[in-house]
Amino acid sequence: MAIQSLPARDRRLRVEPVMGTVISIDLRDEGVPEQAIDDAIEWLHAVDRRFSPYIHESELSRLGRGEITVDECHPDLRTILDLCEELRLESEGAFNAWMARADGRLDPSGVVKGWAVERAARIVAEAGGWNFAISAGGDVIARGAPEAGRKWQVGIRHPHDPNAVAATVAVTDLAIATSGSYERGDHILDGRTGEPARELLSLTVAGPSMMLADAAATAGFAMGERGIAWVARRDGYDAYGITVDGRVRYSDGFARLMA
Amino acid sequence: MPTRAAVAIIATVIGVFLLFSFKTPAQARPKTPSADVAQASPSPGASPSGSPSASATTSPSSSSAYKDGTYTGQDVQNQFGDTQVKITISGGKITDVQAIQLPYDRQRSAEISQFAAPQLHDEVLQAQSAQIDLLSGATFTSDAYAQSVQSALDQAHR
Repeated sequence: MAIQSLPARDRRLRVEPVMGTVISIDLRDEGVPEQAIDDAIEWLHAVDRRFSPYIHESELSRLGRGEITVDECHPDLRTILDLCEELRLESEGAFNAWMARADGRLDPSGVVKGWAVERAARIVAEAGGWNFAISAGGDVIARGAPEAGRKWQVGIRHPHDPNAVAATVAVTDLAIATSGSYERGDHILDGRTGEPARELLSLTVAGPSMMLADAAATAGFAMGERGIAWVARRDGYDAYGITVDGRVRYSDGFARLMA
Repeated sequence: MPTRAAVAIIATVIGVFLLFSFKTPAQARPKTPSADVAQASPSPGASPSGSPSASATTSPSSSSAYKDGTYTGQDVQNQFGDTQVKITISGGKITDVQAIQLPYDRQRSAEISQFAAPQLHDEVLQAQSAQIDLLSGATFTSDAYAQSVQSALDQAHR
């Protein structure tokens, strides 16, 4: 092949299957101890053990079965539930953690992952990391720069072809999250109807917080095409959507990232 | 049809930039498998079934329980196609994942190329002048992907 990726000056990549997905940490700072990456990974596992709806003995599962109350759960759960409620109201019910699953069980995963990865990024940053990227199953936090003189280049996956990108953005200190109906099927349900969201193929959100970008991508996707504008109305957030009938719509701020 | 030809070429070119697919043998640095031995907990691993929640039961994996080397994961098939990855373990930790196969929706891809082709064409030009460091999108959150990674990891157990 004609194109090779440029060798990074200094690059430590760590990959970990956790939270039902695969998370990678790409660290470009030499001075950061390996322990910081280990700590970040261990934090993600701890969150998974506590808040996974798929782990039978997680606090979240026990809460869902009525075995414990919210007050008996870790305080972080309150944070997550509050955020879920805030998003449910803001999205006019399109995002509803209590209706995100076909079986009606509480599933705040749309919020937990972004929140947890953001905290993982903080662990790396507090250990002296300035230049790194974390990808959590296609949701990205990009800090600093991959190397001197250029920004992180983030490709937005083509919804039907994993080998193609639909757009590329150049970012620094920004989070990018994409919700899509591809591959997991209609995995995002409209919280108002309980039906799969069908207007968009994918919705990508860029903004300062991965937690909010991730949650906004989930909620905006569930809202359908008007979710693009809904996301863009949030201060500091921009959106790029591909509709099922093959149109691309994005906010002005997103266009600047693509330039 | 020129549109389709363009997309086919793009698919090939962009494939080089798949997330995690960076080749970094020169950068492979000696990891220090230090104190994290204490965290070792044997993981039962994900079952190789096609059930949608299988990968979500992936248990905490221990970094230091793996033998260095390269392992090819299962070819996980679902209604969208084949997903298969290859992982590299160095210093007891996963330091690279390369996708060998990813599902590709040919029929719908052709449909979307009707509108996306001009834009994708721009991306080729862009890709030639700048690398893509990361990909945003659902491929890597798919259960099949996580399953293939887990099955590769299972082979790496000491």
